[in-house]
Amino acid sequence: MMVSMNEANNVDQAIMQGSEDPGRIVVTDAVLADEPAVGVSASRAGVLRRFALDDLVFHTMTRGAAIAVLILLGGVIVSLVNGSIPAIRAFGFDFLDTQVWNPVTEKFGALAPIYGTLVTSALAMLVAVPVGLGVAVFLTELCPHNLRRPLGIAIELLAGIPSIIYGIWGLFILAPFLQTWVQPAIIAATGNIPILSSLFAGPPYGIGILTSAFVLAIMVLPFISSISRDVFETVPPVLKEAAFGIGCTKWEVMRKVVIPYTRVGVIGGVMLGLGRALGETMAVTFVIGNAHKISNSLLAPGTTISATIANEFTEAVGDLYTSSLIELGLILFVITFLVLAAARYMLMRLEKKAV
Amino acid sequence: MALYDTRRRVNAIAMGLSWVAAAFGLGFLALILGALLWNGVAGLSPKVFLQMTPPPGSSGGLLNAIAGSVVMTSLGVLLGTPIGMLAGTYMAEYGRYSKLTTVVRFINDILLSAPSIVIGLFVYEIIVAQVGHFSAIAGVVALAVIVIPVVVRTTEDMLLLVPGQLREASAALGLPRSFVIRRIAYRAASSGLVTGVLLAVARVSGETAPLLFTSLNNQFWSADINAPMASLPVVIFQFALSPYKDWQQLAWTGALLITAAVLSISIVARALSSRRTTK
Repeated sequence: MMVSMNEANNVDQAIMQGSEDPGRIVVTDAVLADEPAVGVSASRAGVLRRFALDDLVFHTMTRGAAIAVLILLGGVIVSLVNGSIPAIRAFGFDFLDTQVWNPVTEKFGALAPIYGTLVTSALAMLVAVPVGLGVAVFLTELCPHNLRRPLGIAIELLAGIPSIIYGIWGLFILAPFLQTWVQPAIIAATGNIPILSSLFAGPPYGIGILTSAFVLAIMVLPFISSISRDVFETVPPVLKEAAFGIGCTKWEVMRKVVIPYTRVGVIGGVMLGLGRALGETMAVTFVIGNAHKISNSLLAPGTTISATIANEFTEAVGDLYTSSLIELGLILFVITFLVLAAARYMLMRLEKKAV
Repeated sequence: MALYDTRRRVNAIAMGLSWVAAAFGLGFLALILGALLWNGVAGLSPKVFLQMTPPPGSSGGLLNAIAGSVVMTSLGVLLGTPIGMLAGTYMAEYGRYSKLTTVVRFINDILLSAPSIVIGLFVYEIIVAQVGHFSAIAGVVALAVIVIPVVVRTTEDMLLLVPGQLREASAALGLPRSFVIRRIAYRAASSGLVTGVLLAVARVSGETAPLLFTSLNNQFWSADINAPMASLPVVIFQFALSPYKDWQQLAWTGALLITAAVLSISIVARALSSRRTTK
């Protein structure tokens, strides 16, 4: 980088001083400063050669950097696979469907973290998608005009807040609140209903699957809202005006015009949010409870892939333990990769349509 | 008439629900910021910036953590930005219509939203496991891996906004492509490029997961980047989960500091980019 910059400056001076056609007045700083043009008869061919060289170097560097991005992803995959080989050798496919997680006997199975990851993310999306879309509808249709921009900006800024903030809030504020007020009420209310009573069984710990899902929902909410709002704004005003013109209500315009027009983009945005929820570490680790078991109750503590890695990796002793955690990371990567790839594909399709 | 009433009623219900959703969502976000402010400000004092992280049960500050965060964030951004900018330049300039660009754009988008804890595992595997000990260097590399896709994305987007005529005009003067890019396109897109870097800074300064098992933590002052180094997010993580009141208070204050830093960086970035679009 530095080398080529210096080279660039040299060549630049060469242009300024080197154009020595007698019949041409070149207005450059050098000429204006009345510098003597002695000894600068760098031949035109020389300058052109340096131009070509500089261009070649810069082209190669940028291309190299672009390829480096590919290598980076390749490196992530290779190193994860490489790191999980001992665990794959030891457990094979059983790793995916056993619940045991015992560092003492070195028996590991990923079922509980995988279950926790999928359930917390699914529950989080159940809350975040309708609320997030509601916020987006509010911002594009209902909000008073002078509040639209500030609120939109606020949502976008909130989408960038580090997830550890949501985690610390979940741990100190939300969990105690749920434990004292909400969970006892849910347990009491569902106690006699057959299926619900087992979903909400057990003592109110405060932390657990349900709390984690809620914190995740709050965290991905601004993300989904701001993407959906952006997507809603790609609808040509003419389409909406035409619908309003034939007497449609706001809801009908949203339902019959805006949402069909932006469906692919909204789904893409939701899946990006899902990708974030699946891979989220800090917001969950605080409030999940880190218990390696699958229980029927949503109020019970559980664990997710990322929480398991975050909690146990630095304390893991032995190759097999470390390797099992890396294999968990690999599984998480594969899951998020699929979700994100689908999301990007959908958003790309929308972009093509917009052009 | 009945149909008309039904439609109006459905509309009122739907719009009412949307109001409720907005109140619910924005209300919770406001609650979080409020709690953060309330609990964070309570522990704010000069001590926070002047003393090291304390052992359990005694008071102290966050100086080493703040310094560690600043050092690792800036080194990570310094390391990741050139690579990201060059790659973004290739995608927008030399290889705008090439297959490679399409592939890189897709891969970059995946990296952009890949779980950061996986990045931490990756760097653990390639650096910590090879060298045999945790170090700030590994943390810096992990942050750089997160910086790269952010910078690639914004660099490409910003360079694509530079009008083609500018490039054609300078190419017509006989300048080679590398000059057109560096002297014309970079300058035209400069505020956008700065925005991208700022966004990257905002993104990595709150990252916790990739640092947990790369730079680890350090209770003491350390300027050695080959040794474990404290960072604000990791200290918050450790202190918040501890049973000690002093530590929990410091975690809240640290969280407030990070949020304030991230928000102000994003606001500056936003101001820069909006100035460009209005110009």
